[in-house]
Amino acid sequence: MTNLVILPILIPLLTGVILLFIPKKIPFQKILSLISGFLLIGVNIFLILNILNNGIQSLELGGWQPPFGIVLVGDMLAVLLVTTTSIVSLAVLLFSFYSIGAEREKFYYYPFYQFLITGVIGAFLTGDIFNLFVFFEVMLIASYILIVHGGTKVQLRESFKYVLVNIISSALFVIGVAYLYAVTGTLNMAHLSERIGSLETGAPILTVIAILFLIVFGLKGALFPLYFWLPASYAAPPSAIAAIFGALLTKVGIYSIFRTYSIVFIHDTGYTHQILAVLAAITMLGGVIGAIAHQDVKKILVYNVIVAVGFVLFGVATLTEAGFMGAIYYLIHDMVIKGALFLMIGAMVVVAGTSHLKEMSGLIKHHPKLGWMFFTATMALVGVPPLSGFIGKLLLVQGGIDSGQYWIVAVMMLTSLLVMYSMIRIFLNGFYGKIILKEADQYGTTKGLLFPCAILVAVSVFLGLGAQALYPLVATAAETLLQPEIYIDAVLKE
Amino acid sequence: MKSNDVILQTATKVVLFIILAFSVFIFFNGHHEPGGGFIGGLMTASAIVLLMLAYDLEMVKRILPFDFKVVTAAGLLVAIGTGLGSFLFGVPFLSQTFDYFTFPVLGELELATALLFDIGVYLVVVGVTLTIIQTIGEDQ
Repeated sequence: MTNLVILPILIPLLTGVILLFIPKKIPFQKILSLISGFLLIGVNIFLILNILNNGIQSLELGGWQPPFGIVLVGDMLAVLLVTTTSIVSLAVLLFSFYSIGAEREKFYYYPFYQFLITGVIGAFLTGDIFNLFVFFEVMLIASYILIVHGGTKVQLRESFKYVLVNIISSALFVIGVAYLYAVTGTLNMAHLSERIGSLETGAPILTVIAILFLIVFGLKGALFPLYFWLPASYAAPPSAIAAIFGALLTKVGIYSIFRTYSIVFIHDTGYTHQILAVLAAITMLGGVIGAIAHQDVKKILVYNVIVAVGFVLFGVATLTEAGFMGAIYYLIHDMVIKGALFLMIGAMVVVAGTSHLKEMSGLIKHHPKLGWMFFTATMALVGVPPLSGFIGKLLLVQGGIDSGQYWIVAVMMLTSLLVMYSMIRIFLNGFYGKIILKEADQYGTTKGLLFPCAILVAVSVFLGLGAQALYPLVATAAETLLQPEIYIDAVLKE
Repeated sequence: MKSNDVILQTATKVVLFIILAFSVFIFFNGHHEPGGGFIGGLMTASAIVLLMLAYDLEMVKRILPFDFKVVTAAGLLVAIGTGLGSFLFGVPFLSQTFDYFTFPVLGELELATALLFDIGVYLVVVGVTLTIIQTIGEDQ
């Protein structure tokens, strides 16, 4: 028992509530959000060290014993993702200070930003599938508000679709939870793992439920063929909001698939995980085709979010140690690098006044820092050693070969090359080329916008160069997923 | 168009207090029997909505001059605060306890810390419901 595990949820929640009292005092809101952001990172690092020394931390809320009460489980995977979330959210918060505008700030931007983080972190930390649904809703309701926040025409149009898709997937989620409870009699993940793991014979109904959950989480996490809603809606809101969506929201869906497909639905992996692998491969291809086809820089990046979904889920589907480690590593890498790229694209759009690639050119002349940071981030995304994408991809390839899925490994390699092409196109067209904007003609300044990008790029470089330091953490996280007994023991038998 | 709503207004003056009294009853009933902060809050909110229908938004604003958004925030703060109390006592988050106390007039009563949490829920429900209704109503 330790209350430490709830702190990452409480800090943003409490901050959000306090901010609700003072909607018009913007400087105070900014300061409080910043303090909360730093506090969150500190607590998370402390939590990581604690887990490394003492094993998985679990908290029985209200003192109710599992599987009857709800538990929060801080295992290494959850806490690594929570820590990454806190770093990315702090950087995006800094970016919003300079880009979101006073109008939006006065209408509860910062409180809902905190509530969104609360939902994301809660979803990572919970050890109960119904509680996962609740935190999904916390996150989604905050995201409904943020996506329509400001009420421009395109936002209103896209948010309508976004809300509709998510309400349907939430309804399916509850149906899935109800089925699961009817069949197994429990919703505690550790207890589920124990019960399903002890099955002697196959259980077709559980396979059906597993696929239902794949549909639900696939809708939230943008898996083929359920990513149709994502590109338009993520390109609609302002860059800061798009960044936090692109970096965090789909990752929660991916995490849920990761969690359920590694410790819960392990009774018929030959069927369920093969489907997951094939869908992951098609997701990669579909995403990268979209990224190449578009000329709008925001859209190119949004389609790259989908590619990453494919990569991570392929790692999950391999069910090997290397594959899992690759998936965890790539997931962390992708949260950081997508946050960075979204912010930099946001800064580009501010300077160029357009998001169409054909209309921007030669930005590097006046913005060398932005240009070279973008180049570094692109290289990290593609996986040029020694940057962060490389290690993740290397492990994923190794996992794919270990599990004998050579053709998906080939698809992955091809996709990586095409991702490279789609992103370097932005660099060559947007930053290089003829200078069409004079210093004075620019549509906005990058004052204050570069520092948050620099933080994230630095974190990404660290993830690559400091992989040695990170390796034991990722290995611990993968170990828990491969041997559910560790997780079950930590939660159920104290 | 001015419609004649004498009957509605007269009835509201009486019914309002019955609903409010019942909402308080339901609120306290909640610990062991059906009821609680959520349903009590909804009932209070519905009483105020009835007042808005019978009279108008302006008058309700005069009688209840709070910003309901702040009411929501206060409720959330109370609810989280009861959870935070568990940090002081070194028990799991959201733990609750109860004891029996004897009061002069009322006799022996059970007091539970869950009631404090419920007050938070009550305030949140009243605040959110009325914020939504005021926002929709004002736009006409």
